[in-house]
Amino acid sequence: MKKILFLALLVVLVAGVAFLAGCAKKEVPVAAAPVAVAADTEASEITPAKNYSGKIGISLPTATHGYMGRVNWWVQKAVGDWEASNPDLEFLVVAADSVTKQAADIEDLMIKEIDALVCFPFDSSLTSVIEKVYNSGVYTVVLDRGATKPVYDVYLSNDDEGYTRKGTQWIAEQLGNKGKIVIIEGIPCEINTIRVDTIKATAAKYNLEVLDSQPGMWNPEKALAVMENYLQKYPEIDAVYTADDDMMKGALQAYKESGRDDIKIFLGGGADKEVLKWIMDDSNPLVKANVTYPPDAIATGIGLAVMGLNNQVFEGFYQKKLPIRIILAAELVTKENAEQYYVADELNFK
Amino acid sequence: MDAAEGEKNTNIFMRILNAVNWQKNASFIALVFLVILSSFLSPYFLKPQNLINIMRQVSYTGIIALGMTFVIVTAGIDLSVGSVVAFTGSVVILTMNAYLNVYNNEVFAIVIGFLVGLGVGGLAGAFNAVMITRGKIVPFIATLGSMAIFRSLSLFIGNAGEIQSHNELYGSFGMGSFLMIPVPVFFLLGLGFVLNLILNNTRYGRYLSAVGSNQKVALFSAINVNKIKFIAYTLTGVLVGISAILLGSRFNAVSTSNMGLAFELDAIAAVIIGGTVMAGGRGTIWGTIFGALILGVINNMLNMVGVSPYLQGTVKGLVIIAAVYVQKQKQ
Repeated sequence: MKKILFLALLVVLVAGVAFLAGCAKKEVPVAAAPVAVAADTEASEITPAKNYSGKIGISLPTATHGYMGRVNWWVQKAVGDWEASNPDLEFLVVAADSVTKQAADIEDLMIKEIDALVCFPFDSSLTSVIEKVYNSGVYTVVLDRGATKPVYDVYLSNDDEGYTRKGTQWIAEQLGNKGKIVIIEGIPCEINTIRVDTIKATAAKYNLEVLDSQPGMWNPEKALAVMENYLQKYPEIDAVYTADDDMMKGALQAYKESGRDDIKIFLGGGADKEVLKWIMDDSNPLVKANVTYPPDAIATGIGLAVMGLNNQVFEGFYQKKLPIRIILAAELVTKENAEQYYVADELNFK
Repeated sequence: MDAAEGEKNTNIFMRILNAVNWQKNASFIALVFLVILSSFLSPYFLKPQNLINIMRQVSYTGIIALGMTFVIVTAGIDLSVGSVVAFTGSVVILTMNAYLNVYNNEVFAIVIGFLVGLGVGGLAGAFNAVMITRGKIVPFIATLGSMAIFRSLSLFIGNAGEIQSHNELYGSFGMGSFLMIPVPVFFLLGLGFVLNLILNNTRYGRYLSAVGSNQKVALFSAINVNKIKFIAYTLTGVLVGISAILLGSRFNAVSTSNMGLAFELDAIAAVIIGGTVMAGGRGTIWGTIFGALILGVINNMLNMVGVSPYLQGTVKGLVIIAAVYVQKQKQ
């Protein structure tokens, strides 16, 4: 009887794995179908005349917070776009929940003989793993704070320093260079440290007083709790800066529940869809601006890998190779320009 | 084929089935089965480099799982291992960097780093052990506390960022291999061999099982229960130290916020899949190694086949539940 149970379990396992494998194969046409329609209307984005080919591996962290969820959406979008216009391109996407798993993921991609790697690393400790990939001749695109030495063909980064400098400058301007602000930080990591240090330095320059800075872990519930504490602790606050829209929504909720009316500004960041809508429609008096931290950088990274692998450069770019370091600007979003950052499709999974 | 012959065939088949001790070898059989399945599902799976990769990928949590087996046999648990990996790794690299600032000898720096790693890991384990034996705190709670403590200490000393090693040799040591077999795998198998002997062929091993089966009876049999437990947790700490040294050398850096994240879950899962009973008293070292390999093969296979990364956890979860289910039938 026990043997039979054990065998039955094994059979269930096989069936399960076979089913998953089936799902994985079916995913491709499902993802590609709606994009094929989009490709006609957005022909300017990708010129179908060129014939790109190659096997491109994409390694990223799993979506543990809102921003990464959007990154994952943009990966699907870019892969769908490219596959629709260039059937010779093949994409392999892997996502890891830890830096050790990501190292394993990248090794797995190497076994599958990829021609190019797009890596959104957990952090720069992956440098030695990426170095092996790069040295083996794979075209390597690394995003964000990915590497401590130049082991890539292209390095594509958001501007963390400019991101919070612009935000703090805007707050200072709104408050007339005086006032009290509180910061809600992200998960402790290098990017977070740069952001918070920049806020503090810029605030000091414009005579803003930073009352406190506590981690909200890029999570709305945690940020709500931190904000509740701030509201108890500080009788007077002029602005709340979270540098992240998820956390800003949490903080906003705490403020609403408190019934206070002294805070004039909530500034998040990262151009969340809902927040952009508020700014566009001018529907929330506390939220008037945002700073971009484009999650679609990953889509650009994939595009760069496709072009670089096929020895293409930008139009009007006289060099033979793509630039080795590209820093994307952090842009201030207000009512005037919000519309151009609003992507109606984003996170509408099909 | 007439009916009699058919029956005879079935008999032979049944006899072979009976000859195999299914439950005892469940993890090994499941591993073989998974390997066969994977080689059918992906043409890349059986590439030698892939198999070597899997072995190396599982050895870091595998080494920790060896110690976790001892702890779970005493009916305890250690949730702090992942955080201790980050903490030990940070201290090792900082020590080596400090040493290299004064003397320029990379080999000696590694030796010192290694000793410091063993020491720090062992001390962290002893800290857990003291809380559990002297303080009489339930292992789950005690190690939940130290899990938070060691992660936060690592974040503090590394300013939440990465600590880079200045020792190039350290980076190649962890990625190196001997006879085609990567260094960490040697550690896993060597330690597995020794710990298997200790668990099965020494008085300490027998006492360990006795403490896990029934602590009161063990106590009345004049077994020093606290000492047995103390050694188990400290040993786990030392093994965590070894894992941290190897993992740190693989990246030649330690990411204080990410290194060792969720290692406790993988280590516990490997032990359970390997057939060790969560309630204590019984467990095998080889089972744990097979358990670790099963987890590694699953991770690898799902990537190779191209299953959505978000479904991989489901498969892992099903395997853990299935393993415990098989165990339950045994009791």
